[in-house]
Amino acid sequence: MPLNPNLKKVMVIGSGPIVIGQAAEFDYAGTQACRALKEEGLEVVLVNSNPATIMTDAAMADHVYVEPLTLDFLKKIIKKEKPDSILSTLGGQTGLTLSMQLAKDGFLEQEGVTLLGANPETIDKAEDRQTFKNTMEAIGEPVIPSVVTNTLEGAVSFAHTTGYPVIVRPAFTLGGTGGGIANNESELREIAAAGLRLSPITQILVEKCIAGWKEIEFEVMRDGGGNVITICSMENLDPVGVHTGDSIVIAPAVTLADKEYQMLRSAALHIIEAMGIEGGCNVQFALHPESFEYAVIEVNPRVSRSSALASKATGYPIARVAAKIAIGYRMDEIKNEITGKTKACFEPALDYVVVKFPKWPFDKFVYATRKLGTQMKATGEVMAIGRNFEQALMKAVRGAEISHDCLADAKMRALSDDALIEKILAGDDERIFGLYEALYRGFTVEKLHSLTMVDEWFLEKILHLCELEKRLGADEITPDFLRELKQNGFPDKTISRLSGGKTFPHLPYVYKMVDTCGAEFAAETPYFYSTCDEEDEAESFIAEHASQKPVVIVFGSGPIRIGQGIEFDYASVHCVWALKEAGYEVVIVNNNPETVSTDFNTADRLYFEPLTPEDVADIIRIEKPVGTVVAFGGQTAIRLTKWLSDNNIPILGTPADSIDAAEDRGRFEALLKELHIRQPEGTTVHTAQEALEAANRLGYPVLLRPSYVLGGQNMIIAFSDADVKEYMDIILSHMEGNLVLIDKYMMGTELEVDAICDGEDVLLPGIMEHIDRAGIHSGDSIAVYPAWNLSPAKTAKLVDYSTRLALSLHTKGLINIQYVISGGQVYVIEVNPRSSRTVPYLSKVTGIPMVDIATRVMLGEKLKDMPYGTGLYPASAHTAIKVPVFSFEKLAGLDTTLGPEMKSTGEVLGIAPTMTEALYKGLVGAGYQLTHKGGILITVRDTDKGEIPEIAQRFADLGFHLYATEGTAKVIREHGMQATLVHKIHESEHNTIALLESGKVNYIISTSAKGRIPARDSVKVRRKSVELGIPCLTSLDTAVALADIIKSGYTPEKATLVDICTLQK
Amino acid sequence: MEQTVYLQLEDGTSLCGKHFGAPLKEDVIAEVVFTTAMTGYTETLTDPSYYGQMVVQTFPLIGNYGVNPLDFESSGIHMSAYITREWCKQPSNFRSQMDLDTFLKQQGIPGIYDIDTRYLTKRIREHGVMNGRLTLTAPTSENAKKLSDWRIEDAVEHVTCKAPYEMPAGLPRFHVVLWDFGAKLNILRKLRALNCSLTVVPAHTTCEEILALNPDGIMLSNGPGNPKENLSIVAELSKLCKTGLPIFGICLGHQLLALANGADTEKLKYGHRGANQPVKDLATGRNYITSQNHGYAVKNDSLPSNAELSFININDGTCEGVRYTDFPGFSVQFHPEACGGPHDSEFLFQQFINLMERRAKECR
Repeated sequence: MPLNPNLKKVMVIGSGPIVIGQAAEFDYAGTQACRALKEEGLEVVLVNSNPATIMTDAAMADHVYVEPLTLDFLKKIIKKEKPDSILSTLGGQTGLTLSMQLAKDGFLEQEGVTLLGANPETIDKAEDRQTFKNTMEAIGEPVIPSVVTNTLEGAVSFAHTTGYPVIVRPAFTLGGTGGGIANNESELREIAAAGLRLSPITQILVEKCIAGWKEIEFEVMRDGGGNVITICSMENLDPVGVHTGDSIVIAPAVTLADKEYQMLRSAALHIIEAMGIEGGCNVQFALHPESFEYAVIEVNPRVSRSSALASKATGYPIARVAAKIAIGYRMDEIKNEITGKTKACFEPALDYVVVKFPKWPFDKFVYATRKLGTQMKATGEVMAIGRNFEQALMKAVRGAEISHDCLADAKMRALSDDALIEKILAGDDERIFGLYEALYRGFTVEKLHSLTMVDEWFLEKILHLCELEKRLGADEITPDFLRELKQNGFPDKTISRLSGGKTFPHLPYVYKMVDTCGAEFAAETPYFYSTCDEEDEAESFIAEHASQKPVVIVFGSGPIRIGQGIEFDYASVHCVWALKEAGYEVVIVNNNPETVSTDFNTADRLYFEPLTPEDVADIIRIEKPVGTVVAFGGQTAIRLTKWLSDNNIPILGTPADSIDAAEDRGRFEALLKELHIRQPEGTTVHTAQEALEAANRLGYPVLLRPSYVLGGQNMIIAFSDADVKEYMDIILSHMEGNLVLIDKYMMGTELEVDAICDGEDVLLPGIMEHIDRAGIHSGDSIAVYPAWNLSPAKTAKLVDYSTRLALSLHTKGLINIQYVISGGQVYVIEVNPRSSRTVPYLSKVTGIPMVDIATRVMLGEKLKDMPYGTGLYPASAHTAIKVPVFSFEKLAGLDTTLGPEMKSTGEVLGIAPTMTEALYKGLVGAGYQLTHKGGILITVRDTDKGEIPEIAQRFADLGFHLYATEGTAKVIREHGMQATLVHKIHESEHNTIALLESGKVNYIISTSAKGRIPARDSVKVRRKSVELGIPCLTSLDTAVALADIIKSGYTPEKATLVDICTLQK
Repeated sequence: MEQTVYLQLEDGTSLCGKHFGAPLKEDVIAEVVFTTAMTGYTETLTDPSYYGQMVVQTFPLIGNYGVNPLDFESSGIHMSAYITREWCKQPSNFRSQMDLDTFLKQQGIPGIYDIDTRYLTKRIREHGVMNGRLTLTAPTSENAKKLSDWRIEDAVEHVTCKAPYEMPAGLPRFHVVLWDFGAKLNILRKLRALNCSLTVVPAHTTCEEILALNPDGIMLSNGPGNPKENLSIVAELSKLCKTGLPIFGICLGHQLLALANGADTEKLKYGHRGANQPVKDLATGRNYITSQNHGYAVKNDSLPSNAELSFININDGTCEGVRYTDFPGFSVQFHPEACGGPHDSEFLFQQFINLMERRAKECR
């Protein structure tokens, strides 16, 4: 059946800010869907609060609303735009839940809007634990013995009958938030209580623990004609018990014989049919490792992280096909664009394997609990393609940017046997390295299998890598051995190191295609991966498809992590488009399966490879680019600069030397001196002793950070000698021999500028001002565009400084500069001559296509020949406020205090005619429950006590009851306000924790001189607030902003809607 | 160190790999075909339809879950040689009885691995199916020319059962004669699961001999080779079509039934072999993913007036099924019995049962 003729205008709901469990994959899915709808001539209305997305570009839809994803705002948009239908299945859990709520309360029916993709009954069958269980039982698909309950006692009595351990899964939460495995009653009581609280419908599932079974996933697709196919099977290296988002995954499944494979495949198809889904669906199974017994763990009736992975692993564009199905098409009517010959109705055949490796934030969050469980903790992932598992795993590990080029790990090697086994049993993110080390030492596969239940197949392959490492030390590197090493994923550099510096000739990689069909059909739009084999397919493909256009390679930004998020993929994609537009043939290299940049048709050619010099060298050899681009791929791409420059490979835009000049402290200081621009006083140290001396000379507080940082990695503000000692220990243990920068910490207003420079002129699209004072990482600050309280004189100074800095750094393209104004003086804190986190946000609100202009400038065009002018661009009539979003509930043990180390995972935008309204929208979009009455708990460090009375007064004036700990209460009372004294945790039973649990408190303001260590009182209070979902402000400035917003009395009814598309015209 | 083995194709391509499986005592010459199935190598190895061929697995990791005789589709391996990118020395599966190498040795079948199977597959795709030679001596261009003369001969004769045998069912509802052209065991298993007792008869059995068994229906099995080489079978089959007995044909059985009714067959460039082939039921519009293994196809435009095209391949539009209007017979090119591959079309066995049921009612 072709396009449903009743459809004219479709609304697509995005997934909102990036949080753990819901990341860039939904931008990829939503972007594919919007395109699929637009090419059918449908009018598309898009709603997503996340500005750092491609899908919210004006070109992606006819109407784009970067508005809070709440029911009230959605209803308002629906009433304004009057779409005839809503696509519910492409915006992750957020989009699905909102669609369901809109349908359930009758609003959609009342407005005459049809729900496409999945109807409320379908969603309930998958999402409501009891309905899911009933549905599975009705169709004879086994589920794990379980009980759905709304009470703690229900959970405990179930566990009494089935026995421990049991797993708790809250209903309707992202990425399994609030779940966990309980081994005894007290653990169960704790986990179940948290789960009930976090579930929006206060419902949890308690089930028998089947930890140790194989975890197998299927991606399946069904159209309105009832046709069903499977796209991909995936097998988790980590057995059931570790969230699939935190597991190393291989596709296709490898340890299943055809009998087991077909059994689960048939079951998956049976399920999608019973659910009546029209579109994509993910089914997770647990399979007993020694029988045919299986159980359905979970069904996601929508596109998901796994479906993004499956799309990239197979070449089958699941979101695109799902969108086409939702508007009426049958699979045999939709073209397979990779082959150009076949239809969407087929099952991809792989002639390679894919390994997904998660990217965890523990390198930054040293105090967060590393143990992996049913709650996802990874912020991102990499995907690697190889002709065997070893090759793909090695690529994944070195592509994950965790300082590994193989599985050998010095930390593991230093452990005693007992400590090593303990490490393996701990089941954390480093287990794979522990397993490698244990196998290297001669622990048997059987033993490690019995300890971890990781399938012997995987352990044998890891053992194979150990054997190769051992042979490297002993054997000559003959041509045959070299080939074997390369086939198993060892790069030259690693071979050289592990062999003790033996020399050998470089054996070039060959490139093979991902073509969906195992070479059965010739491919039109394939993508490539490297291996070591006979035939190279890339060179002949390039020759056959020669366009005579010069080639440019764009390096992507790798896995999503804190500090390097979706913004860099946004910029990479726009750079690719601008280069295409300018007449180039564009190649992209990236290894992140969640992104738009790795969609098969974003660039002319895609190489799914790690971003290391050795991995890109052969791509450069084959593609012979006239230029390469590193400016948009964050630190990942920037790290290639030196190597590219050393090898005389042309880099478009700002020269490598300028990047070095901005990052090298000595050179940068000299430059500022020459330009007569101030920066906070500071120095460079190597040891703890030097650091202490410097800190005392500069005077506390001081800012400490290792040189070459990303997202404030390992950056702190130290208030005392003890802080300096603690941090020097951590920093030096992480990166030995690294320099540590120590600066005077300037308290003041932070401002941020993104500018474009062509070598002669500079265009400043806008100046952003942070609500939070300097000291809170810019990525975690609430940022306001245009700057709201900057005098014309200071504005002129900022424009002057920015212009001179950009020009003297020979910038060609984008540059990001951070300033602090303290004591009336302007200081430069940081300069990055490349794309920044704020580029998508600023592009959207100013209507200036910053990446496109920067790309054209890199190619030699001049700003004065473009219609945007030079200098500071006139400020927009709208105020746009970026509000950070955190994933604290996913990361146990992590202190939520904001500081110079970035902690946010994503952001939302509030855009409105006034600053107050924009801030209101930003806070609502970021998930703040704006309660207008109740209580507020205030507990702050001594240095903040001077400011706290004024803030307390604001809340008191709004009618809030004030609670405070001793010191804070004293200050508040001294200023004539009432405050109820609350005891610290160890002082009394009537302590802060009990107060929070009582439900009397709606907001918390908590700062502390120390923090970070989970055992501290202040950290416990903040963790408790995360568990209870009580907004906890650790920045006084945000607290003031919040009070203002509560006072303003804004409501969704009063809010204005802003269509981004109208801003850019 | 493993022996070096060469694979030479008739277009002159020569690839070098390593030996595994049974010793390569003399050169092996066979038709080289590829399958894109990612699981089910045991079923592939033991599928008699691969007689006279050497099979390339496009999925690079073969032998991951070992070999288990319960998964066999016939008594053993009928192909001439086996080609993989890599074979798994330490298989892992609770049902595994042996590794792939041991199985090939046991069956006397040589294999070659560490060869660029994707390149080989593309050669076949571009050139069409070719003969190949597996040899220990570096090939010369002289040898390549001789390769193209080689033909698979008497394929069905080699894989059919030598004498009839019976397979009773517990509570038999129907008696089916399975005409064995190289039948996969799962056809037998499926029919027995539907309470059919079976008499399996060799390929050279006559129409009269079959009728003497008093069957309720005839199952025409899969099998190897060019369908047109089976002239006497086609002649016997055309007689059988006039008896009014329900007939169900799979793969070669489907092609023979078409030939017996006057249709024609042709050789496809490189055939359909895999577990992901989409077909469309023309009566309902429904799509099914099927398991396939065939190099020949019935020509759509050659179908006689008593035949209706019932299924087509969604990729290339070729004939995937025929329904006959003058007798209760139908046939499919794909493998509803699966093993390996998807079970999505197994309902066709029930359709066959339905035909026998209807006939039983009519005769009563």
